[in-house]
Amino acid sequence: MTRIETARAACPEAFPARDWRWFAKFSAGAILIVLFFAGLALLGFTPERVWRGLSRLGNVGAMMFPPTSGGQAWVYIKAIAETVAMAFIGTLVASIVAVPLGFIGAKNTMPLGPIRFVTRRGFDVIRGLDSLIWAIVFVSVIGLGPFAGILAIAVNDTGVLAKLYAEAIENADADQNKGIRATGAGRLQVIRFAILPQVLPVFLSNTLYFFESNVRSATILGVVGAGGIGLYLMDRILVNKWPQVAFIILLILVTVAVIDAISYRIRRRLI
Amino acid sequence: MTSVDQVQAAWAVQRRQRRGQTALVLVAMVVATLISANLGEVDLVRLWDRSDRLFNYFARMVPTLAWETLGTDLARWYRRGSVWLRELGITFLIAIYATFFGMLFAVLGAFVAARPLAPAPWACWAMRRLFEFARTVPELVFAVLFVFSFGIGPLAGVLAIGLHSMGALGKLYSEVAENADPDPVRGVRATGASWPQIMRYGALPQVAPAFLSYGLLRFEINVRAASVLGFVGAGGIGQELYTAIKSFAYTDISAIAIMLIVSVALIDMISERLRHRIIGAASLRASA
Repeated sequence: MTRIETARAACPEAFPARDWRWFAKFSAGAILIVLFFAGLALLGFTPERVWRGLSRLGNVGAMMFPPTSGGQAWVYIKAIAETVAMAFIGTLVASIVAVPLGFIGAKNTMPLGPIRFVTRRGFDVIRGLDSLIWAIVFVSVIGLGPFAGILAIAVNDTGVLAKLYAEAIENADADQNKGIRATGAGRLQVIRFAILPQVLPVFLSNTLYFFESNVRSATILGVVGAGGIGLYLMDRILVNKWPQVAFIILLILVTVAVIDAISYRIRRRLI
Repeated sequence: MTSVDQVQAAWAVQRRQRRGQTALVLVAMVVATLISANLGEVDLVRLWDRSDRLFNYFARMVPTLAWETLGTDLARWYRRGSVWLRELGITFLIAIYATFFGMLFAVLGAFVAARPLAPAPWACWAMRRLFEFARTVPELVFAVLFVFSFGIGPLAGVLAIGLHSMGALGKLYSEVAENADPDPVRGVRATGASWPQIMRYGALPQVAPAFLSYGLLRFEINVRAASVLGFVGAGGIGQELYTAIKSFAYTDISAIAIMLIVSVALIDMISERLRHRIIGAASLRASA
């Protein structure tokens, strides 16, 4: 008799029998696995499709080397500058528009419940749609070009930033409001001298963070004709100019890395 | 000179310096804005000219709903409702599977990319660069490449969002793993466990709640990302939305947009609850 069996004989309560709970766990696991594979099948995962795709992807990767600009380096650099410019203006406009909206959406600065509720739900509606959706909407109204992309970024970010600003305002220390109010200050003066100094660093660091993320999203707005480098990227893929595709991707990587590094420095100094 | 005067003078100097700095930042911002506005072809006159078109665009999205014929009006508004519902389901599936695969590979890679836990410095360096690459390339770029090589359909979308998620989560996970308490890891190592065993029994139990919570947050982001994959043929509701916008089918746009907004808001709400519960449980465990 092995030691485990002696132990089981000595204190059987330490070795629970395989009861219905074990069975329930087992069948739940089995159902999950079946569901997992059913979902994969629904999404079109078949071994041979994945295999064929991987080999094609390998070919594409091989064709990308060495990356070259194809004599159009300046065109691409100008396009990436346009991308950064779109992100800059879009974020700037959004961060300015979002400040009053944030105060309207915050509990401690907007006493009227219904107005607050409508504003907050408005942020949700704007946030629920990706900036790419806003981009094609603006392309169909304003026309092709980076301006449509700027408007898309500005609108989408207004929703997101206003929500974050409102949360920051609600988290502001209430004691300082009381202190300022005790001097006989009005509502607007309380906002200016008690709340604003507390939330401004949070606002700024959020805005910078969104500038970083907008540079990334602006690189793809060109896919729907809203300006920037995305247009060229899409076009070069469609005509199979893979070395130039690699060049553009590298250009995006470098730009994003540089902007991240700068913004990280500024954010560290702010907080 | 009294000490009050000295303090006042020092304060005046400081104030002048700060004002100078503020002015400098302001000037730089204005210059950057002007350059960007020029590059971005900002045209406020055109925006003003088209403002009525913009207004009409959204006004036309409102369907004609009369109280007496509400049933038929709604049925006409959502006449392709079953197709949209199916595509919305595919969109969620893409987000779920992409988050799952992203989390799986991020967990596997995070312990390699965490400096104090890494099995070898070169592996740590390589894994970090891989994560960096995967999260810097936008998912739509991956999607376009994958549609080209794997064909049109949700498969390309899952792979694209999954790869991007792996990069984004891998960075966060490795940071969490670096901050994990080294004592349990040492304890397990002292038993003579292999590297995978040390990670499984020494590190993973500590970081699992944070991993799960970040994964849920990523899922919320991925649902939004999956909603536009259809623009480039990588599956989901985006294809229907793209067609509706391109063919100016105004009420279709609003119908799909409402479905998207409501479901995204619902998912955010559920996921937020879950995250609070997970993090709550984690902090409980830490204090116990």
